[in-house]
Amino acid sequence: MRRVDGIHDVGGMHGFGHVQELTDAPPFAEPWEGKAFVIGALAARISGTNLHAFRHAIERVPPREYLEGYWNRWTIGAQTLMEDSGIVTDAEVRARAARLSGQDVPEPPRPEPHKPQMASGGAGNLRTLDTEPALAVGDRVRAADHGAVGHTRLPRYVRGRTGTVAAIAPCQVFPDTAAHFAGENPQHCYTVDFDSRELWGPDAEPFRLSLELFEPYLEPVT
Amino acid sequence: MTSAPEHLDPALRVEALASLLAERGLIDEATVETFIKTYEQSVGPMNGAKVVAKAWTDPEYRARLLADGTAAIAELGFKGPQGEHIVVLENTPAVHHVVVCTLCSCYPWPVLGLPPSWYKDPAYRSRVVREPRRVLGEFGLDLGDEVEIRVHDSSSEVRYMVLPERPAGTEGATEEELAALVTRDAMVGVAKVASP
Repeated sequence: MRRVDGIHDVGGMHGFGHVQELTDAPPFAEPWEGKAFVIGALAARISGTNLHAFRHAIERVPPREYLEGYWNRWTIGAQTLMEDSGIVTDAEVRARAARLSGQDVPEPPRPEPHKPQMASGGAGNLRTLDTEPALAVGDRVRAADHGAVGHTRLPRYVRGRTGTVAAIAPCQVFPDTAAHFAGENPQHCYTVDFDSRELWGPDAEPFRLSLELFEPYLEPVT
Repeated sequence: MTSAPEHLDPALRVEALASLLAERGLIDEATVETFIKTYEQSVGPMNGAKVVAKAWTDPEYRARLLADGTAAIAELGFKGPQGEHIVVLENTPAVHHVVVCTLCSCYPWPVLGLPPSWYKDPAYRSRVVREPRRVLGEFGLDLGDEVEIRVHDSSSEVRYMVLPERPAGTEGATEEELAALVTRDAMVGVAKVASP
């Protein structure tokens, strides 16, 4: 399992420059992008995995490749997911790419599929829990400050920061375990508000930041 | 760790993958075409625009939309992937909501389709949670200091859509005419709907 304090966790980072221009451009600038979208959209089903594993696969794309455009990282993520399940190998993809480019290279052997086995609680990611939420609207909470190992939906910029529970969000499959096929492990989830100055210091623009945090990410502040 | 593998052109990688998957019976041309057509033609911001126009003209619908976005949106037939739980945020003269996904590219597909390039770009994702007023200004939206800004980072399966303010000068407009004014950018919260 790789640490994922990775390039994908960009909230608050400096250096990416001016935002892109707003346009009414269609979703796919070129035909290959549409095909890339479909391969990614089907990757979890084809590899016998799930949405969280797909996100984690994209997070594992090396930074240089990650920053080389959305559909590039999306496609490499999809391929990684399929490599992990023994659907294709990187050698096969490279050999096929070479052959499609007119080079006469041998085709490497096809892998043996080995899809992960994880019990599914049904379609989608919303679940019901018999337990009551441990936290209530209005509670002050601190986000965990652990260095994440593997996949997590706890962004770096809120770790260790104190906020307020603003709403109870739906119970959901826990990404941190589902991405690694360690079980759906559904958790209570909360919308938590943070003051911008808590996140970025006293000189920050004044605003309120809200995001959903799973119960294991939170501890009450008394 | 091994050295980085040689870069493969993304379009060529996609062709190679598609070819291998087709050979294995895991993907077929018809499915690919259907998916692409769906998100090019049927699932896009025109869906969200209908939701907004209805909310502007039907107070009871607006109340249902703000109370339970997913159900009210489904009344118009819009549901599907990336729309399990949609929360609608109402922009007013006093409060301005803006939506992002800092960790990837989460976006309410049933109402807005696939996200535009700027939404997926690290510049927007990194900065709008740190200096939203400045980012909105770069997009051409200058909000007065009295306007409270609320930024929503889509970190779970909850998806957000902004209900923009109805512009002045549209008092007599029909739902269809209003829907034609509503933009994707306004429903993410990086723009306002302009008067006709």
